[in-house]
Amino acid sequence: MNRHVPPHIAAAEARSNGQGGSGCTDVVPIKQRGQHEVFCGLTSIIWLHRKVQDAFFLIVGSRTCAHLMQSAAGVMIFAEPRFGTAIIDDRDLSGMADMYEELDKVVDRLIARRPDIRMLVLVGSCPSEVIKLDLGRAAHKLNARMAPDVRVLSYSGSGIETTFTQGEDNFLQALVDATPKAAPDAPRQLLVAGCLADVIEDQFARIFEALGIDNVHFLPARAAGEVPPIGANTVVLMAQPYLTETTKLLERRGAEVLIAPFPLGEEGTTAWLKAAADAFDVPADRFDAITMAGRERAAKAVSLYRQRLDGKRVFFFPDSQMEPSLARFLSREAGADIIEVGTPYLNKAHMAPDLALLPASTRLAEGQDVDKQIDRCRADDPDLIVCGMGLGNPFEAEGRTTKWSIEFAFTPIQGYEQAGDLAELFARPIGRRDLLQVEV
Amino acid sequence: MQLTVWTYEGPPHVGAMRVATGMKGLHYVLHAPQGDTYADLLFTMIERRKQRPPVTYTTFQARDLGADTAEIFKTACKEAVDRFDPQAIIVGASCTAELIQDDPGGLAKTLDLNVPVIPLELPSYQKKENWGAAETFFQLVRGLAGGRTPEPKAEGAPKSCNILGPTALGFRHRDDVTEITRLLGALGVAVNVVAPMGATPHDLTRLPNADFNVVLYPEIAGTAAQWLKRTYRQPVVDTVPMGVNATREFVREVAALTGADPEPVIAEADERFSWYSRSIDSNYLTGKRVFIFGDATHAIAAARVAQHELGFKVCGLGTYSREFARDVRAAAKDYDVEALITDDHLEVEDAIVAAQPELVLGTQMERHIAKRLRIGCAVISAPVHVQDFPARYSPFMGFEGANVMFDSFVHPLVMGLEEHLLGMFREDFEFNDGAQASHLAALHAGANHETIHTPEARTAPDDKTQDVVANEGMAASFGSLSWTSDAEQELRKIPFFVRGKARRNTELFATEKGVNPITIETLYDAKAHFGR
Repeated sequence: MNRHVPPHIAAAEARSNGQGGSGCTDVVPIKQRGQHEVFCGLTSIIWLHRKVQDAFFLIVGSRTCAHLMQSAAGVMIFAEPRFGTAIIDDRDLSGMADMYEELDKVVDRLIARRPDIRMLVLVGSCPSEVIKLDLGRAAHKLNARMAPDVRVLSYSGSGIETTFTQGEDNFLQALVDATPKAAPDAPRQLLVAGCLADVIEDQFARIFEALGIDNVHFLPARAAGEVPPIGANTVVLMAQPYLTETTKLLERRGAEVLIAPFPLGEEGTTAWLKAAADAFDVPADRFDAITMAGRERAAKAVSLYRQRLDGKRVFFFPDSQMEPSLARFLSREAGADIIEVGTPYLNKAHMAPDLALLPASTRLAEGQDVDKQIDRCRADDPDLIVCGMGLGNPFEAEGRTTKWSIEFAFTPIQGYEQAGDLAELFARPIGRRDLLQVEV
Repeated sequence: MQLTVWTYEGPPHVGAMRVATGMKGLHYVLHAPQGDTYADLLFTMIERRKQRPPVTYTTFQARDLGADTAEIFKTACKEAVDRFDPQAIIVGASCTAELIQDDPGGLAKTLDLNVPVIPLELPSYQKKENWGAAETFFQLVRGLAGGRTPEPKAEGAPKSCNILGPTALGFRHRDDVTEITRLLGALGVAVNVVAPMGATPHDLTRLPNADFNVVLYPEIAGTAAQWLKRTYRQPVVDTVPMGVNATREFVREVAALTGADPEPVIAEADERFSWYSRSIDSNYLTGKRVFIFGDATHAIAAARVAQHELGFKVCGLGTYSREFARDVRAAAKDYDVEALITDDHLEVEDAIVAAQPELVLGTQMERHIAKRLRIGCAVISAPVHVQDFPARYSPFMGFEGANVMFDSFVHPLVMGLEEHLLGMFREDFEFNDGAQASHLAALHAGANHETIHTPEARTAPDDKTQDVVANEGMAASFGSLSWTSDAEQELRKIPFFVRGKARRNTELFATEKGVNPITIETLYDAKAHFGR
C-alpha cells in the first residue's frame, strides 16, 4: 500500500484545488418534524453499565423507563444488573412524600445491597425532567455523605432531550465534569473518547503504544476512579460520533479535539489513527510500518463481502448518529450505493470528514417524520434497509431486506480487526435473502 | 419511590397498545416523548407482527414544553386520521404527557374528526399494564356498544356468544381463541365477536347481539363483561377453561345457558391428559413440589392442574396481579400455602429458594430464576418472550390446552425410570454428581459440585450469573447444627436433586428433637418422620 494521506484530507485538497467534489458536505439535510421512532438516551445504559464495571446507573423515572430498559435489553440476562429504576409514584407527585428523601432511601437500600459499587450515577428521565427534579442537587448532597467510598454523578438520559447515544454523551460529559483539571505542566496525553468494546480498546492501545504514543487513556474508563485529570495537556480523539456535549466541555477545559473520519473500516481506521499520530508527531514511515499489517488484514476481510454489497442500494433510518460513518464505509469500501442517510442529529463539524467522502448524490435526513420517511423508503425500494427493531419485521413482511441498526451500537465494529465483521453485518441479511427458499 | 430492576407489567398505556394492536381499524394517538416508541418493538419483535402497531406518538421534546405541546398533539391526531383512515381512535397520554396535562381527549374533540374518539385516562403513576388493557377495552366497549338495541334474532338461529379478553402480546391468546371457538362450535354456539383480538370498532357495536359472553382473561375483559351484563343482561361465563376439569365445567356452564347436552362433547373430546396422568409411568409425578407464579388467572389454573390433575404438591403460589390478590389468596388456602403477592422478582426468587421446588411454573422471569437454581421450569403466563409465540398450534385452554400443559409441566422433570436409575448408579464413576445430567443439557460438564445461586451471590462485583459453590446444595439453614462426617457421607449418597430437601428436613427434625450433631441415625429418623 502507498504512503497514507488521509482520504478526507485528500478530498479537501482536491476540492480547494478545484479538482473534485466535496462529497456530500454541502448537501442540505431533510428536516421534518413528525414522529421520531428512536430510543431515548436511557438505552445507552445497556452498554455503559457493562463498560464501567463498578458503576450503578439509577434511573429516576417511571414504570415506562423500567419497561423500556428490559425490553430494549431484550432478555433479562443478569440476575441483578448494575442498573435499575427508582419508580416515581403518586405519593411522590402529590407531595405526600418528599422525593429527595425517597430517593435517599432508595440509594441507601441499593448501596447496602451492592457494597461493590464505587460510582452511583443518577440518571434523569422524561418525568424527572418535566417535574424539574434536581438530580444534580441530589447527587451533590449524596456525594457529601458518601464520597469517597462512592462517588455520585448525575446526567439526563431523558427522551425529551436525548436520543439513544446522546445518553452516553451526557454521561461522559458528567464524568469529565467530575474529573480534576490537569496541572498546566502535566504531560501531554491522548484521550480516546466514546465507549468501545474492551477488545477494541486493547487493540488500539497496542497500536498507540507501537506508534510511541504512551500516555493514552480511554473515556469512559473501565473503573470509576481511572479517568485522569484533564486540561490543556489533553488531545481528544473521538471514537464515537455522538460526543457533541462531551467535546464542548473538553474544549472548555483547554483540550484539543481532533477531527477525523471515525474508525470504521480500513480507510476510516487508518485516517483516525493518523490524526492521533500527526498530533503526536509520529513519523510517517513509522505510522505506515505499524499500521500496514492491520490495513492489509482489514482490506482482505472486507473484500470477502464486497461482492455481496457492491452496487447494493442502502437506506439508513436514524438511530445512533453513526449512520454517516457507516454509510461512508459501505460506499467506499464495499461499493454500496447509499440512498439516504438518516441520523437523529447531525454534528456537521464532527462529521465533516465522513461527509466529504460520501457521494454528493447521497440524501441526508436529520431528525425524523417516520411515516414520511417510510414513504420515501418504499418509493426508493432499496436492497437493504438499516432500521430500528420496531420497523424491521414490518419491512420484511413487505418483502424487503433489513438490518437492525442497534447491532452497530452493540457489536464491536471499530478498528482493523473488526472491519470484516462490520461488512459481514451488512452482508448477512442480503446473503440470507439469497439463501432462503421461503417467501412471505 | 420504589427500586425496580425487572418488571412483570409495563405501564398502563402499553396495556392500551395491546388492545389497539390486537384490533383492526382502530388507531391510538399517544401523547408521549420519543423514547416511548420502544413499545413498538414488543409487538414487531416478540410477537413477530407484520405491521407496526397502530399507534402514533407525538414525540414532543424539551424545547416544545415551553411552546405548544397541545398543538403538536392536535397535528399528530389529524395526520393520523388522514393517513390511517381508522374507524375510531383512542387518545391518551403516557407517563410524561400525563404530567404536562394537555388533556388529549378534550383536544381531540375540538378537531371535528369524522370518527369516534374515545379518550383514555390511564394513571401511569398508580396503575399498570393489565389494568390499562382492561380500562381501555372497557372504554371502547362502553363507547362503541353503549346505547345500542340488540338486533332481534332470526327464528331458529343458533345461540351466540362473544369471546372477550384476547389481545396482542398475550400468552397463547392466538391459539386459545381457536381452541375455544372450536369447542363452542361443538356445542352448537356461534361466535358473534371475538374482542379485542381481531375485532374492528364496528364489530364492538355488535357485541350486544350475542346471548352471552365468555371471558377468557378476566384481567383484561372482566370490567367490560360486567358492564355488558349490567347493560344488556348478557350472562358471563367466567369459568376459565384451563385444565381438564375446568374445561369440562366450562362446557357444562355454556351448555346450561344454551340448553345443549354437554356430555357428548366431553366424551368425544380429543383429550389425552387424563389418561397420561393416570398411566403407571406418571406415578413418579406424585408429590413433586411445584412453585407457581404468574398473572392470577394462569397461576390459579396451573395450581389446580398441578395439584389435582397431575398429583404434584403446590409448595408456593403467587401473582403479580394485585387487583386479583384476593382470588389467589383464596386458592392458596386450598393448597395450604401462603399466597405471594408481589411485583418484586427478587422476592419471588427468595420464595422459590425457600420453597425448594422440583418444578417452577412461572413467567419468563421465573424461567431465569429457575435456570440459575437449576430447577426445571415451564412458562405459564405473561410477561411474554419470543419463545411464547411458538410456530406450532399450542393453546393453554380447552382440551388441547390440557394436552399441551401435560407436556409442558412434565417434560422439564426427571423422568420416572431415569430417577430410579439415578439412584441405582449414584456411586458409579461415570454417573455422578459431577457428570453431565441428560436433562440439564445447558450445564457445563465436569463441575465437581452442584452449585446454586444464592442471594448473597448478587453482590458479586460483576453480574455474570454467579454460581456460588454451596456444600451439598443448600447452605445449612440452622447455623449451630453440625453433621458427623459419616452423616455427611451418607447425605452425599442421596441424589443431588433431592439432597437439599433431605438436608433441610434433617436439620429441621434435629432442631425439633434437640439433636446435635446429626448422625446417620438422625438422617434416617428424619427420613422416616417426613416420608419421601
